[in-house]
Amino acid sequence: MGDPLYAHGIDLAVVLITILKVLLTFVFLLVGVLLYIWWERKFISDLQNRIGPDRAGPHGILQSLADGIKVFFKEDLLPAEADRRIYRLAPYLAAVPAFTAFAIIPIGDRISIAGHQTYLQLANPPIGVLFLLAMSSIAVYGVFLAGWSSGSKYPLLGSVRASAQMISYEAAMSIAIASVVLITGSLTTRDIWVHQHTWNWNLWQLGVVPFLIYLVAATAEVNRPPFDLVEAEQELVGGYMTEYAGVRFALYYLAEFMNTITVSAVAVTLFLGGPSGPHISFLAPLWPVVWFFLKLFLFVSAYVWLRATLPRLRYDQLMDLGWKRLIPLALFWLLLVAALRIGDDANWPWGAHHGALNAITIVACVAGAGLVYFGTLGAAIRVGSRRAQEEAESHGGVRV
Amino acid sequence: MGLFDGFKVTFAQIFRPRVTVPYPNVKRPKPLRFHGRHVLNRYEDGMEKCIGCELCAGVCPARCIYVRGADNPQDDPVSPGERYGFVYEINYLRCIHCDLCVEACPTEAITESKLFEFSFTDRRDAIYTRNELLVDDQGIPKKQPWEDWRPGDERNTSAWMRATSPNGSAAYEGTVAWSGELGFGVRSPEHGQSTDNPAAAEADPSTIEGHGDEVH
Repeated sequence: MGDPLYAHGIDLAVVLITILKVLLTFVFLLVGVLLYIWWERKFISDLQNRIGPDRAGPHGILQSLADGIKVFFKEDLLPAEADRRIYRLAPYLAAVPAFTAFAIIPIGDRISIAGHQTYLQLANPPIGVLFLLAMSSIAVYGVFLAGWSSGSKYPLLGSVRASAQMISYEAAMSIAIASVVLITGSLTTRDIWVHQHTWNWNLWQLGVVPFLIYLVAATAEVNRPPFDLVEAEQELVGGYMTEYAGVRFALYYLAEFMNTITVSAVAVTLFLGGPSGPHISFLAPLWPVVWFFLKLFLFVSAYVWLRATLPRLRYDQLMDLGWKRLIPLALFWLLLVAALRIGDDANWPWGAHHGALNAITIVACVAGAGLVYFGTLGAAIRVGSRRAQEEAESHGGVRV
Repeated sequence: MGLFDGFKVTFAQIFRPRVTVPYPNVKRPKPLRFHGRHVLNRYEDGMEKCIGCELCAGVCPARCIYVRGADNPQDDPVSPGERYGFVYEINYLRCIHCDLCVEACPTEAITESKLFEFSFTDRRDAIYTRNELLVDDQGIPKKQPWEDWRPGDERNTSAWMRATSPNGSAAYEGTVAWSGELGFGVRSPEHGQSTDNPAAAEADPSTIEGHGDEVH
């Protein structure tokens, strides 16, 4: 089901409405990022028992605007060793996916502009969630090419870390998203939202596990603390953007925070019911938007809380968490959801029609499968680390 | 559960009073012996204390002090004694406020005030000349246009002086105490300082309050 805007052919009004929607989304994202940077700095100050920015505007709300203006007037440095074209291109590969990924987020129900019905979302492509994953994959190029083209050590190390991390966690994230797609039966974000309406949120429809996996993997995906090894100052100066200055640095900075907003918006859409909430008949079209932004706000604030609390992971811990914990768990849960779904469809004995008694059978089956699955996995991991240990000893105690 | 204890700790901070202050609007009281920008002191009769001996310049680890001494004019002496400092410059782009010049000075001519908020935009302003460093007849340092003074700052003039300095006065021989400040008398003694010296006994403690660590 596409946007009803395009259902009756395309005329000038349709084009204008589309342009208007593009502009609105763009402006909203820019302003939203500025406000979010301010809110993040202010809220983390609260969590760290200090005041935070308070000089520009009331409560320092214009601080990020002032920073933005300053950074735009700074010299745009080009390192002598840099690969010029790629160095200049890379920031856009980071910023553009950050912008476009938000385009498929439904922020409300349909509205009508000048007799044309349209969804309150920039685009509702049939591939939906896949578009999102594609954008997050392109963002890896923005990071990796930046480090590679800078012609400098620290950016290269940072970008190698970044791409390894982003690719590792993308797997777990995709599997978590796949279980959402599985029970919705559709890839489009609008269908995923409508399927959860009003209180059938995927958060509890799927059990909390996919949500938690998504939360961790998405945090790692956007390189936020505690997964900010990419720009660990103590080890890598500024990570992949060490050599960047001026507008290009601002683009990375912008993309980073925009990614946080997008990832939160995706979490709200996929797991927290998107714009659905209590129905209020007064100003009815407004409330879904309000619910969406309320959820988004709570989610991004939770990200700040995470950042203020958790210390950064070590690199091997990061890889262990990704490959040995999150991916197997996500895979197990996906298979579980699939089994229950198939059971429902094929009217197997544990299907919903066979009464509550079968809950015991389900739990027993899940527990048994889990035991076998994680038991085998644990044994495999133990064997692996023992091998590594033995090899290290044969190399004189140095782990290679 | 250990994992969530940290979240509780950070969340609890929201409701606690802040440890920081909104700085330019609210200022913390400065420590008693804060090392700020220098002043060149005078005796109570208006004579300059500096004798142009260049010991401060010699001891300065940052090489930021430049002094030239000259013979006092016979008919209109600038300082009591033979010589005076006719050039005295401190480069604040180099000064590290270590206070060694104050320690070295035999006459307590140079001391450090508590002023530290002087952000000049011209590097020529960074070099304070003799005229800018000298206190006026009331013992108050001269305010430069780029300095940020708050009420009461003019009282934080000569700050802590080396208490054992003889200061040319026989009354200070062997005593550990504050020496007098032009216009502000002598401070009340701290723990470990002797009170039984004539200069301290003359002092009016009420004139030199507001230096301490008390919170305003």
